[in-house]
Amino acid sequence: MGSEFVMFSLTPMLIGVLASVACALPGNFLILRRQALIGDAISHVVLPGIVVAFLLTGVVAAIPMLLGAAGAAVVAVVLIEAIKRLGRIEPGAAMGVTFTTLFAGGVLLLEQSDTSSVHLDVEHALMGNLESLVWLRATDWSSLFDPWALAGVPEELPRIAVVCAGVILLTLVFWRWLKISTFDEGFAQALGLPVGMIGMGLVITAAVAAVAAFDAVGSIIVIAMFICPPAAARMMTNGLERQVWWSVLFAVVAAVLGYVLAGYGPLWLGGDNAVSAAGMIATVSGVILALACAFGPHRARVGARAEA
Amino acid sequence: MTPLIEALLLQAGYNAALVAVGAALLGFAAGAAGTFLFLRKRALVSDAVAHATLPGVGLAFIAMVWLGGDGRNLLGLLAGSAVTAGIGLLAVEWMTRRTRLSEDAAIGAVLSVFFGLGIVILTVIQTMSSGRQAGLESFLLGSTAGMLFQDAIVIAVGGSLAVLATWVMRRPMTLVAFDAEYAAASGVNVPGIDRLMMALVMAVTVIGLKIVGLILIVAMLIIPPVTARFWTERSQSLIWYAGGIGAVSGYLGAALSASAPDLPTGPIIVLVAAGLFLLSLFLAPARGVAAAVFRHRRFQRKVHRRQGLLALARQEPIHDELTLRVLRGEGLIRADGVATETGRAQAAKIARDERRWDVAREIHQDTGLTGRYDGLTPIEDVFAPDEIAEFDSRIGGPRAIGEGL
Repeated sequence: MGSEFVMFSLTPMLIGVLASVACALPGNFLILRRQALIGDAISHVVLPGIVVAFLLTGVVAAIPMLLGAAGAAVVAVVLIEAIKRLGRIEPGAAMGVTFTTLFAGGVLLLEQSDTSSVHLDVEHALMGNLESLVWLRATDWSSLFDPWALAGVPEELPRIAVVCAGVILLTLVFWRWLKISTFDEGFAQALGLPVGMIGMGLVITAAVAAVAAFDAVGSIIVIAMFICPPAAARMMTNGLERQVWWSVLFAVVAAVLGYVLAGYGPLWLGGDNAVSAAGMIATVSGVILALACAFGPHRARVGARAEA
Repeated sequence: MTPLIEALLLQAGYNAALVAVGAALLGFAAGAAGTFLFLRKRALVSDAVAHATLPGVGLAFIAMVWLGGDGRNLLGLLAGSAVTAGIGLLAVEWMTRRTRLSEDAAIGAVLSVFFGLGIVILTVIQTMSSGRQAGLESFLLGSTAGMLFQDAIVIAVGGSLAVLATWVMRRPMTLVAFDAEYAAASGVNVPGIDRLMMALVMAVTVIGLKIVGLILIVAMLIIPPVTARFWTERSQSLIWYAGGIGAVSGYLGAALSASAPDLPTGPIIVLVAAGLFLLSLFLAPARGVAAAVFRHRRFQRKVHRRQGLLALARQEPIHDELTLRVLRGEGLIRADGVATETGRAQAAKIARDERRWDVAREIHQDTGLTGRYDGLTPIEDVFAPDEIAEFDSRIGGPRAIGEGL
């Protein structure tokens, strides 16, 4: 656990953890509001967003791509709402129509434009490149206090840290509003809370978290982290506060364990190449969810007879 | 334009023709099978199924290489994908039934976890036997470039079987999709039919992997039924409309993609389907946006005409712009706002109608009839002439404007 760990594993692991937490927090509310698949839709439309940003600016730079992706997410949410209302179509189908169409548009744009010279492809968008976010200037743990080395951390790390902090802050500040409007929208309305704004704000926060995480770890982790840790946490408790803590714990465990298993698991089994860390993190979160579904103390619906 | 026409007429080469026919069949099967999913309001279950195919493709490849065969045998890969898709489906069902999670959370969990696992397996394959795995990534977005004749046969036969199964089972599936409780009460095995629907969806997904890819096959299952819904209110025709729209999208999309380079088949097919959807959303006769706007305008004019005439009858001034425009347009008032001869006649008629309704609501006991008063329906549409005559006997005969009501 010396210099090699700091250089090659510390930063990707941290990025994985921060991305997971940033997605799991809004995920808690999305699940309770039965909007879990908004995360799925957002992570699909991120692709056209970054492609359009690339075509407009001509460079693979972080800020325009983040803006493009966030813009695409907002466009998708508006389109889903429009199709739902104008066509009187049920939400699931409206979502399916929207995100597949936008994704297809993104793929087409990508194929049509000359992106062969830059690192921009569909597989990268899906799987991320967590393993490549190494900290080359680090020598050992003391590098954490070395300004020169710190200046060389991959730029994804501070970005996702800021977004993660922002999500935590928003969750704390709007805690009561979120809680009330999630559990009893009618009551929230009667109290005069801006219910529509809260819902939209939640979706936008989720989109920002998804976009920032997507940049580092790809869209699979984003969907998995929106849903699996909060869903598993839901099996563990009946209190919202405790559910959120559980979900954060699960997200961290999935990120660390997934990264370690992906990096070192094959070596233990006698292989000599690591497997996809993003995929492994998603898989571990799924295993956690499966265990929670099988053994969690509050897994059944309230009032449902305990089935054998 | 010529290459497109060639492709449309299946003249753009043997391979392109195969792909076009295969895509049309696939589109038909997907549209028809997706109809029930859509009616059952479970459209996004197909997303979980589609993503859950990925680990199966990888595992089947590994298994076939292990057994010494060619890892790229399409039939083997599809069989593997069907196995994990089935497991994913059962996982969604188990989570929804046994735990407090709602179906959308279960769908999201299954699709992301299975997809993640699939990616892990793909990276294992990359390190396992580099070079020979070429092409597994093509299942993500579909790839028709190197399609073999036997692949096309697999797709054609599979698609036809799926269409046939849909047709045979259309009645019980329609019943379950519309009213599961009634279906259960009349002895239909609802869970069994649900599973059959899912099996059909799974079959379509697996068949479509090669052409459209697992991320976009969902679109083939969702967009055609949603589009078809704009054109018909009958479930039996909905299946055929959806199938037809799917087939047209598949055929047109495949032909378009064959007509020029850099036009990937899967996304083009989806975009063609989305184009048809947009057209329907705006232009469909009864449910389209244009029709709704038109209906709204007509209703608005009716209300303004009636209220304007009532105001004339009561000799009140009219200030509303739209009301003035409507009345002027029909020649009921002059440019300066004074009622014309016809205007006065119409106003008297409307005023009498209103008065009759007042009396009707006072003396008539049947609220089912008097409840139909909405300020627009002429009383002759609701009551019989003898009843109206009775109302009139209480009001007195028609009077000219200015004599009071």
